[in-house]
Amino acid sequence: MYTEKVMDHFSNPRNVGEIPDADGEGTVGNPTCGDLMTIYIKVKDDVIEDIKFKTFGCGAAIATSSMVTELAIGKTVDEALQISRNDVADALDGLPPVKMHCSNLAADALQAAIEDYKKKQAEKE
Amino acid sequence: MIYLDNSATTPLDPEVFKSMEPYFLEEFGNASTFYKLGREARKALEIARENVAALIGANPQEIIFTSGGTESDNMAIKGTAYRWKNKGKHIITSVIEHPAVEETCRYLEKNGFEVTYLPVYEEGLVRVEDVKEAIRDDTILITIMQANNEIGTIQPIAEIGKITSEKGIYFHTDAVQSVGKIPVKVEDLNVNLLSLSSHKLNGPKGVGALYIKKGTILEPLIHGGGHERGLRPGTENIPGIVGLGKACELARTHLDENIKQLTALREQLIAGVLGEIEESYLNGDHEKRLPNNAHFRFSGIEGESLVLHLDAKGIAASTGSACSSKSLEPSHVLMALGMEEVDAHGSLRLSLGKNITSDDVEFTIKAIKDSVNLLRSMSPLWNKN
Repeated sequence: MYTEKVMDHFSNPRNVGEIPDADGEGTVGNPTCGDLMTIYIKVKDDVIEDIKFKTFGCGAAIATSSMVTELAIGKTVDEALQISRNDVADALDGLPPVKMHCSNLAADALQAAIEDYKKKQAEKE
Repeated sequence: MIYLDNSATTPLDPEVFKSMEPYFLEEFGNASTFYKLGREARKALEIARENVAALIGANPQEIIFTSGGTESDNMAIKGTAYRWKNKGKHIITSVIEHPAVEETCRYLEKNGFEVTYLPVYEEGLVRVEDVKEAIRDDTILITIMQANNEIGTIQPIAEIGKITSEKGIYFHTDAVQSVGKIPVKVEDLNVNLLSLSSHKLNGPKGVGALYIKKGTILEPLIHGGGHERGLRPGTENIPGIVGLGKACELARTHLDENIKQLTALREQLIAGVLGEIEESYLNGDHEKRLPNNAHFRFSGIEGESLVLHLDAKGIAASTGSACSSKSLEPSHVLMALGMEEVDAHGSLRLSLGKNITSDDVEFTIKAIKDSVNLLRSMSPLWNKN
């Protein structure tokens, strides 16, 4: 039911962990629905230079978390904000329809982390 | 592969396969015909009926062959409801039934019947006093499964049967998970109707049976040529029925040794998992449980991820019932135990069966431990790293 790419990212997830001094942090999902993910970003000169995630959830939730970190790293925060749920699913060669809505939350978590970063920047100025 | 999903289906026993083989090519006769070929098919059909009856302590005349557990459940419940609707419109069931019972009851509710769904509490068991209280003057049927398909808990069927037989209310039990796993005798259970399925006891898929106690009258759901006493017309699936008969014969012959062996493996599995993995729990009552079922939950992780990791290590297991794995809802059975949704999502069903060894169980315990630790290391709900 999952593509090879999903299974690859599920079995060997990239960028797992936390960034204690993260510049931005975003959490989305709800454990009662079976999915919860947090994304941490480290930003330098507006570029995402490090990104990590922690996820509770199904295969799709873990694979999309891993994939979104790969898509976002090295991009400017404004470029990364453009990454959509569909971009993540496409990069994984698709997700089962039932998982598209519930477990495909990684792009939302990334956006939340970037918004958190922007808010903190605004507070600094 | 270590196959630990025997509650979903079981491998066909090679001996069962051998018994079926002649009925595909040489013995292809229609059991309703009178020449030798047809008579042979009829004979095979009746021997199978005797074997099914013997396993559950019934008379062969009380066994009707069906396409499986789902059809048997439908036949028992709708057949009773349609036949006795003028006597009453009330049905009692439990909140942890298989969809074949639950959805049939919901369908009847939409068509003028009233259904009471009994709770099961934390241990996953229906309470006899709740059954007593739920009975009304217009109750025509009580349907409660003998063993649950997810958590394996064994319901007090004999005690409930005592009440229903005194009151003259039809009593059906879905025994799909229990027949062949524990001793099942219809006389002791006092049931009118009992569903069983072939592929859950190392028989072929697509065949099952309904026990209908002598004197119990159902409305047929399909109409046709009068086969199976007019209750289930249609040319009989002779190879499948022969396979079911053989599977029942083997289950009866080996029942005691299978119970002993599976119980020992189950206890090894439960002790290993609970002992080796912190914050792991057994779902459902430990004692009143099928010998082949262990159902766990693990804090901080989600079940599907665990099943995928186990699959990669060559272990076939399930998050709950295979029927609900396409939906993302937490299992209705686990929710009925009063579990939080987040815990229900972190559950794993292991159902033992033929050819599993103590070494397989040891390997499985280690595989679960490694997978749970890995998933916890990346879980935001687990902060003990």
